[in-house]
Amino acid sequence: MAAGAALITFDKVWKSYGQGEAKVHALAGVDLAIRRGEFVAIMGPSGSGKSTAMNIIGCLDTPTAGTYSFMGVDAGRLDRNRRAILRNLYVGFVFQGYNLLARTTAAENVELPLIYRGVAARDRRDLAMQALAEVGLVGREHHTPAELSGGQQQRVAIARAIVTKPTLLVADEPTGNLDTARTHEIMELLTRLNRELGLTIAMVTHEADVAEYAERTIGFLDGHVASDTMNMETA
Amino acid sequence: MIWETVRLSLRSIRRNVLRSFLTLLGIVIGVAAVIAMLTIGSGTTQKVKADISKLGSNLLVVRAGRPAGPGGPGGLDQAVRPLAEKDLAALVAHLSGARAISPASQKQVRVIFGTESLTSGVTGTDSAYLDARDWKLVSGRPFSDSETRSGTGVCLIGETVRQQFFGAGDPEGEIIRVNRTSCKIIGLLEPKGYTGFGQDQDNVVLMPLHAYQRRIAGNRDIDNIYIAADDRTPTSELQPRVEDILRDARRITPDRESDFGIRDMTQIADAMASATTTMTGMLGAVAGVSLLVGGIGIMNIMLVSVTERTREIGIRLAIGAHEKHILIQFLVEATVLSLLGGIIGILIGLALAGLASATLTIPFTPSPAVILLAVGFSALIGMVFGFFPALRGARLDPIDALRHE
Repeated sequence: MAAGAALITFDKVWKSYGQGEAKVHALAGVDLAIRRGEFVAIMGPSGSGKSTAMNIIGCLDTPTAGTYSFMGVDAGRLDRNRRAILRNLYVGFVFQGYNLLARTTAAENVELPLIYRGVAARDRRDLAMQALAEVGLVGREHHTPAELSGGQQQRVAIARAIVTKPTLLVADEPTGNLDTARTHEIMELLTRLNRELGLTIAMVTHEADVAEYAERTIGFLDGHVASDTMNMETA
Repeated sequence: MIWETVRLSLRSIRRNVLRSFLTLLGIVIGVAAVIAMLTIGSGTTQKVKADISKLGSNLLVVRAGRPAGPGGPGGLDQAVRPLAEKDLAALVAHLSGARAISPASQKQVRVIFGTESLTSGVTGTDSAYLDARDWKLVSGRPFSDSETRSGTGVCLIGETVRQQFFGAGDPEGEIIRVNRTSCKIIGLLEPKGYTGFGQDQDNVVLMPLHAYQRRIAGNRDIDNIYIAADDRTPTSELQPRVEDILRDARRITPDRESDFGIRDMTQIADAMASATTTMTGMLGAVAGVSLLVGGIGIMNIMLVSVTERTREIGIRLAIGAHEKHILIQFLVEATVLSLLGGIIGILIGLALAGLASATLTIPFTPSPAVILLAVGFSALIGMVFGFFPALRGARLDPIDALRHE
């Protein structure tokens, strides 16, 4: 499964903030490659550069120097709108705080990325129902986030991320707000999506047991990749 | 996509009903004021025009004395040479392009029937007067030529006089006392109502000129000569002809000014109508300023809305919304908001105008053009004042926006 071509490559990527003396390097010449179909956990203490790296991987941010290529495209040099197109077509996002639209039903939340793709209303509904079925939320499509538990909300968020059938799923501490049982369920779900759909997953976490669900763990420290290990099969 | 966005904005407007309503209020008041002003204004213009055409359309009125200048009231000189029968005769003999030429002398006189009395405008004239003034008889007959010539004691009365003396009864054949003379009623004039200046046009008694001159005025003067132009002749063309004939009849040498004035009612009507139109425009413009204030209210609330929904914008941007999607979303929301205000404003404005026309007895004339303009303008205000907040939302950095609490 881990034999795909490189989906993501960092080539001496720098990300700096501020000027002169106050200049801070969030990333200091990072080299990294993630292959298609991999499930990668990214770990590191706060300030290590892992979130910056995730933002670049998700095409939300661009490097100050160096090259970030996504699917062979020099994504670091693309303008806002082109990166928005890349995100819409190839990237799904899952956040720690779920980030669902309030007072909007599960189905409507899941449909949202399809609206920006210009998918017709009826097709949107069908695709959203498929995605909700995939994450095991059939029958909850008309509930608003306030009527769903944290685990269910995160499932809706995952359904929203996969409804466009993306190549890459970027997950930023997806289980950070969940208890152990819910964490296990969500991680099982992500693992299944990785295995069954061949979805490449890049996940930031600072919990070692969560990272163990992934095939590979990359450790960030002070803007560098400090460790890069393949995990033993645990499940 | 647009329909989707409109639905979305309606939903977000519904979510903050109170706030949306307060935002709308500015636009509602602005549009209502503009619509009410313009509708009432155009009603007034029509009323003024109608009033003046009641005086007679295409009408020239000749009076003795210098033409009214900006100086004195009426511009009448102290020592005026009144109009006389020979002036009238000259006009009747030589003027072409006139439909009717009629003399009229007027005075407020006490009119008595039985125990009732009324002060009425008594006019001495001839049978052409009705034609010149565009006035019809409801019943009876006009003066005959012989009655006019001999000055028989007959008269035509207006509706107000009839009501005062006879209630709903038939006045024909009754004898009323006018000043110290009596006259027999031979006809009833069609009601004309009040002028825009509050004058009752139906409180009148018409009698033959000679009867009036002999029994009421005690002289041989003619106060006014009414000249109605025929359909082919504009009053502007008729006026110089009248002037020439009268100068000749009154033997005024070319080196002297005319000692009579000719008023063109059409010109007066136009002048008054254009004055009310200008007034309407000004009032509308003042009301328009409140629309501007309403627009600023919209901008304010949209800025709040963008700030409040920063996180939502971040989510949308992260999952693939373009700048233009966010821009359009907030622009549509502002436009829908102000359009809604505009529509409510139009309804209120029309209601106010309707109420005003009922109380002021002016015609209610809602203009589709004005309404369309108001709709367009309120939408435009939404777009213009919504643009800056929308742009601010669209330019947000998705990373910062997602981090926003």
